Amino acid sequence: MNSLDAGREQVIATYNFAYLDEQTKRMIRRAILKSIAVPGYQVPFASREMPMPYGWGTGGVQVTAAIIGPDDRLKVIDQGADDTTNAISIRKFFERTTGVETTTLTADASIIQTRHRIPETPLTAGQILVFQVPIPEPLRFLEPRETETRTMHALEEYGVMHVKLYEDIARHGHIATTYAYPVKVEGRYVTDPSPTPKFDNPKMHRNPALQLFGAGREMRIYAIPPWTEVVSLDFEDHPFEVQAFERPCALCGADDVFLDEVITDDRGGRMFVCSDTDHCNTRQAEGHAGEQEA
Amino acid sequence: MQDNDPPLMRVVNLTHMYGDRIGCRDVSFDLYPGEVLAVVGESGSGKTTLLNCVSGRQQCSAGTISYRMRDRRLQDLNAMSEAERRFLMRTDWGFVHQNPADGLRMNVSAGANVGERLMAVGQRHYGRIRETADDWLGRVEIGHDRIDDRPGTFSGGMRQRLQIARNLVTGPRLVFMDEPTGGLDVSVQARLLDLLRGLVDDLGLSAIVVTHDLAVARLLSQRMMVMKDGQVIETGLTDRVLDDPQAPYTQLLVSSILQV
Amino acid sequence: MYVAVKGGEAAIDNAHRLLADRRRGNRDVADLGLDQIMEQLSLAVDRVMSEGALYDRELAALAIKQARGDLIEAIFLARAYRTTLPRFGYTQPVDTGRMQVERRISACFKDLPGGQLLGPTFDYTHRLLDPALAGGAAPETPEVREPDAAPMMRVSDFLGQEGLLEPAPDPADKPVPDDIARNPMSYPMDRDARLQALARGDEGFLLSMGYSTQRGYARSHPFAGEIRIGEVELEIAVPELDFAAPLGRIQVTECQMVNQFQGSAKAPPQFTCGYGLVFGQAERKSMAMALVDRALRATELGEDLTAPAQDEEFVIAHSDNVQATGFVEHLKLPHYVDFQSELNLVRQMRAEVEARGETHQEAAE
Ligand SMILES: Nc1ncnc2c1ncn2[C@@H]1O[C@H](COP(=O)(O)OP(=O)(O)O)[C@@H](O)[C@H]1O
Ligand SMILES: [Mg+2]
Ligand SMILES: [Zn+2]
Repeated sequence: MNSLDAGREQVIATYNFAYLDEQTKRMIRRAILKSIAVPGYQVPFASREMPMPYGWGTGGVQVTAAIIGPDDRLKVIDQGADDTTNAISIRKFFERTTGVETTTLTADASIIQTRHRIPETPLTAGQILVFQVPIPEPLRFLEPRETETRTMHALEEYGVMHVKLYEDIARHGHIATTYAYPVKVEGRYVTDPSPTPKFDNPKMHRNPALQLFGAGREMRIYAIPPWTEVVSLDFEDHPFEVQAFERPCALCGADDVFLDEVITDDRGGRMFVCSDTDHCNTRQAEGHAGEQEA
Repeated sequence: MQDNDPPLMRVVNLTHMYGDRIGCRDVSFDLYPGEVLAVVGESGSGKTTLLNCVSGRQQCSAGTISYRMRDRRLQDLNAMSEAERRFLMRTDWGFVHQNPADGLRMNVSAGANVGERLMAVGQRHYGRIRETADDWLGRVEIGHDRIDDRPGTFSGGMRQRLQIARNLVTGPRLVFMDEPTGGLDVSVQARLLDLLRGLVDDLGLSAIVVTHDLAVARLLSQRMMVMKDGQVIETGLTDRVLDDPQAPYTQLLVSSILQV
Repeated sequence: MYVAVKGGEAAIDNAHRLLADRRRGNRDVADLGLDQIMEQLSLAVDRVMSEGALYDRELAALAIKQARGDLIEAIFLARAYRTTLPRFGYTQPVDTGRMQVERRISACFKDLPGGQLLGPTFDYTHRLLDPALAGGAAPETPEVREPDAAPMMRVSDFLGQEGLLEPAPDPADKPVPDDIARNPMSYPMDRDARLQALARGDEGFLLSMGYSTQRGYARSHPFAGEIRIGEVELEIAVPELDFAAPLGRIQVTECQMVNQFQGSAKAPPQFTCGYGLVFGQAERKSMAMALVDRALRATELGEDLTAPAQDEEFVIAHSDNVQATGFVEHLKLPHYVDFQSELNLVRQMRAEVEARGETHQEAAE
């Protein structure tokens, strides 16, 4: 019995730049171009199996792999942080398969792949933000059938979306959706912003950066081109509102950011710190301090 | 009056086949504004098939259905795009199912059920939507304290009234009803019929009501069509057909059922 | 004082070293060779090949070893490798009528040309644990049939001659098949795309779905018309040649379920066929696939849709275990941000309830 021959080991060991073969990248780029042409519309694409599991960012990874070039500088965050395990794993994947420079500084990155957050530091023209999306269909939990939701999008039948918001208000007195809060893009498609907190929704509106969304398992790509209008769904008398935090960040004192709650001891002690680690570090380096540091 | 007004809906030689079986065949009629037309006949005679075809819920095999839009143009339904047809269905038309669960969202509150069509046509003021829903619940005699309850907690009669409110909230001009009193017991039926008659009068609605119950036809409609084996065998003013039926089959139908 | 956690990278690396250590286990025990896996765990290899959609015994064996015997993980490894391979073209449809048959049974006919061939089957073994096997006893030498070059006619061909069985779809109707690995799937699907999805679908999922049709959720009165296992030739059309070029042989399992059908407006009363075709020896999977294929043809055959197994979107969207395991397991990834949002909301709602003086404490009093 012969074990794996040397030739095959070589084949397994060598991959194309950014893992995907060029044909696949072209296919993905076509989907991306279409998604930019029709903002907020979910373009089906022949998603590939990636060497990380579905649901762990394969959509975002495929989008990044299709657009990244040797001169790019990549930042990867998960929950706003560069040092969470999945962010590390994806960053290492691109370091290994492309050799591009990576960074944790939002302002220095040309491509930022993210899961669940938009950086606090405002993005600039020329940057690309790539979102990892688990369920791209904003209507999915109101209507499970793809054939039906496709028709609803085509005919702009979005009444049922407001039915859900109505129910929230009737029951709780306010809209009780806190993340993956649906938006309308350029007045046409209702779109899922991925499970970012609604705190980040306003950042999507007229953002100078290109925002790309990849859903690997569900095989969809969609986009919000630069400067596109993004409106969070609401009622005139119950306007969309973002979360407000009672305290500033305990480390850098920022009071206009999304905070993580950290449990500090087993007696219910807790503190609140920036979820965006780069933003927090940068502010601390600039001399800002929160209550813990003061 | 009807002679001067052009018809609201015109159906010509409508035929629908289920494979080799006839659903309905060669049905033609005009429906005038403000008129209620009853379609009667025994079970399996093709009433539901006819209603589903003329209401755009089912594609017919042959024939034409035209509808006078609000701008008074007569539009061929089959020539409309799916988007136009669906828009018509949720604004200018209503459809009341025999089984309310088919026409309601059972997992959201009564208020949301009534408000849905308003939101679908772009209303975005929660307070006003709720006020309108509340008003409509009152008109169909559902208590104001039930506005946040789900239809699952309602009786059969209440559900049917909720379904009616949900349909009428956008001020449609034409309502289709398939056995609207079908699943209800007699006293509940009577109350619902009274309510329906009042609403139809107040709002000047046109309606096509399918029923196998001649008493329902008598109470609600001005005109009726009798169907048998998919075909219309007699048509005329309701009182005339019921008091002086011409076709032998209608005579049988009237004598066997309308004893009261 | 609180310091944000760092060092995730070192932790990941160490976890992976630990994994490699545990995979190897006790160093006093001989290292497992791929040849041993291929030879002695061959049905596991077959499953990884079919659900990994990659016909390569060595790579499948490597995947099983690397995955510590976790077959879904091994299938995932095979798929992630396969997706990087270039697509050269499509073979001609395989002719299972010309299969070099090792096993062939029919539940419909007592005897038939070519006979019933039991082959290497677990059927009729008594499921008693065998201590001799633990001791490594050498098996007796079996009697094997002379290889027979003559093709063995399929049961579906007999029934088809009389018009009792619906004709198989004509490949000429769709010369280029759909390719679910290269085109996004969209519903409703054509049967060729659906069969591809089922062929790499999870065995356990298809087994449960097929089983449900037998218990009355879309009952289809199935008979195992024929199950055959053996090798078939793969051929590819080359534009310059006027014959199809042979590529080699692969082992497949084919199941043709024959189902009673009353006839409809479009089709006369006849038997219909549910189809299963799987890499390697995979009898259970091929039978389950055939049951599910038949159930999913409900719309085409004008049957009422009443059961989960008939629901194409439900079945196909949930049959892929690489997708399913990824999404289920992604729940262990951090969700701090979403959870924080929900935490704030629940606190806010509790405060509102309290402000209205409706604490549950009071209600209880
Ligand atoms: N979905 C269907 N498929 C096949 N035949 C149908 C279908 N629906 C109705 N039919 C047949 O069409 C005829 C008319 O039925 P229907 O319109 O339901 O009558 P009614 O509403 O007067 O009881 C009947 O013979 C019925 O069996
Ligand atoms: Mg009926
Ligand atoms: Zn901070």
